[in-house]
Amino acid sequence: MPSFDLLFQPEIFLLWTSALKTAVILGIVLTMVAYSVWAERKVSAFIQDRVGPNRVGWAGLLQPLVDGVKLVLKENFVPSGVNKFFFSLAPALAFIPAVLVLAVLPFGSSLFEVPMVIANLDIGILWVFAVSSLGVYGIVLAGWSSNSKYPFLGGIRSSSQMISYEISLGLSVIPIFLITGTLNLGDIVKYQAEHGWMVFPVWTNGFDLSKLLLWIPMLISFVVFIIAMFAETNRLPFDLPEAEQELVGGYHTEYSSMRFALFFLGEYAAMIAGSGVIVTLFLGGWSLPFVPDGSQGWIWGLVNIATFFAKVAAVIFFFLWIRWTLPRFRFDQLMKLGWYVFFEVALANIFLTAVILLYFRS
Amino acid sequence: MFTILFWILSLLMLGSAVAVVLLRDPVSSAMCLVLSFLALAGLYITLDAFFIGIIQILVYAGAVMVLFLFIIMLLDLKAEVRRKFNLAALAGGSLVLGGFAILLTQVVKSLPSAAYPFPALAPGVPSDAVGVGTALFSGFNLPLQIIGVLLLVSTVGVVVLSRRTLR
Repeated sequence: MPSFDLLFQPEIFLLWTSALKTAVILGIVLTMVAYSVWAERKVSAFIQDRVGPNRVGWAGLLQPLVDGVKLVLKENFVPSGVNKFFFSLAPALAFIPAVLVLAVLPFGSSLFEVPMVIANLDIGILWVFAVSSLGVYGIVLAGWSSNSKYPFLGGIRSSSQMISYEISLGLSVIPIFLITGTLNLGDIVKYQAEHGWMVFPVWTNGFDLSKLLLWIPMLISFVVFIIAMFAETNRLPFDLPEAEQELVGGYHTEYSSMRFALFFLGEYAAMIAGSGVIVTLFLGGWSLPFVPDGSQGWIWGLVNIATFFAKVAAVIFFFLWIRWTLPRFRFDQLMKLGWYVFFEVALANIFLTAVILLYFRS
Repeated sequence: MFTILFWILSLLMLGSAVAVVLLRDPVSSAMCLVLSFLALAGLYITLDAFFIGIIQILVYAGAVMVLFLFIIMLLDLKAEVRRKFNLAALAGGSLVLGGFAILLTQVVKSLPSAAYPFPALAPGVPSDAVGVGTALFSGFNLPLQIIGVLLLVSTVGVVVLSRRTLR
């Protein structure tokens, strides 16, 4: 069978497995995007003691499909006076970075000895930060090209907010690298599989004082990171760029039809990618205590993948829960919180981790 | 394959760099500069310098240019769009640029080290992030510490100054 041998040449094997992984992950994540919109409506309804969407399909499960059809059929209206090129470019720029983040997330251990990550980069987490820092262009350009004051204010707010919180986002993960000694996300998850999850290092082989002491900076990191992630993804309580009561719709006020849908879906895709990063860095990625990895058989590989997406779904639920529980911050409060609190806390946390590690190494 | 990528990325980088100068709209210029940075980062990555490439995106495309764009949008530079090209300045500029390009090629050609390709960067190092880190913390430890303190002082200074104006 010469044709099958060709498929297992190292380079060709890498090519088609990567393509297959990309297609499957895109499929799963886009489905999750659609259903996190549905979940958002269901959870908000539950929290506000309403029913939520329940007309289309069982428990409203076909609602995303109907929403999609509605958005496609709407008129794609372009107001006069906009910068047409950037007006059409902006929605794509808002959507693409969120999806690109998925390339380096290890969503499973291995399946048939193929590592379950699309691109196993040694600088994985830097790729996440670099790509998500590009996401601000879509929002800023949308605000500017709309040639209208509310979108413009939304874009300006978004850029200052994202730049401010990127600093605490980046600083808060440095303790993890100090402990694991790698930037590779796959290796970080492997470390957590062996030594216990970063925020929950209870079940491990051996529990000593150093682990107990390192738990403190890890918890601080986790809190700072998750709050900075809320600000980065423009989620409530930090959704100032699109604060309805102040800015109509913020940066997407002038958008309609599928262009609006791209912003909307991009926001949810960013939330899912952000949840994936949180799960990978702090919640043990695909690892589950007493569950072996994919090298013990393909069924465990599948279990690992399911574990990862279950954890992501749990973090998404946390995102929704926060949104419908907390009121919005004021913009000056947001900036103060970023610069005066989280920046310093993250810096002090790096110092604390380094001191603990130094003490136990000597 | 890397040769094809090199040509695509170089053309993209140079083309968008030229567009930065030629386009009259400041926002378009800034976005072309971002594109140029991204293509440059791609060039670094084809050279296996992943760390430098990603830092190029993170620092320049992700942070510095966002600030540029922020300022450009706040200033709302309408006059710049209406300005016409000065033909004499354009001709003079191209003349100087052409002369410089000729000079540069002559100098590079005369160098003995330009005749053969550069060796690959430090073959034994597992990844270039490790290489950069080892070099910074073993060979250049004192300068790194000084720069770190300098940056920290300036950051703290900004926080202190902005707090004073708020009151």
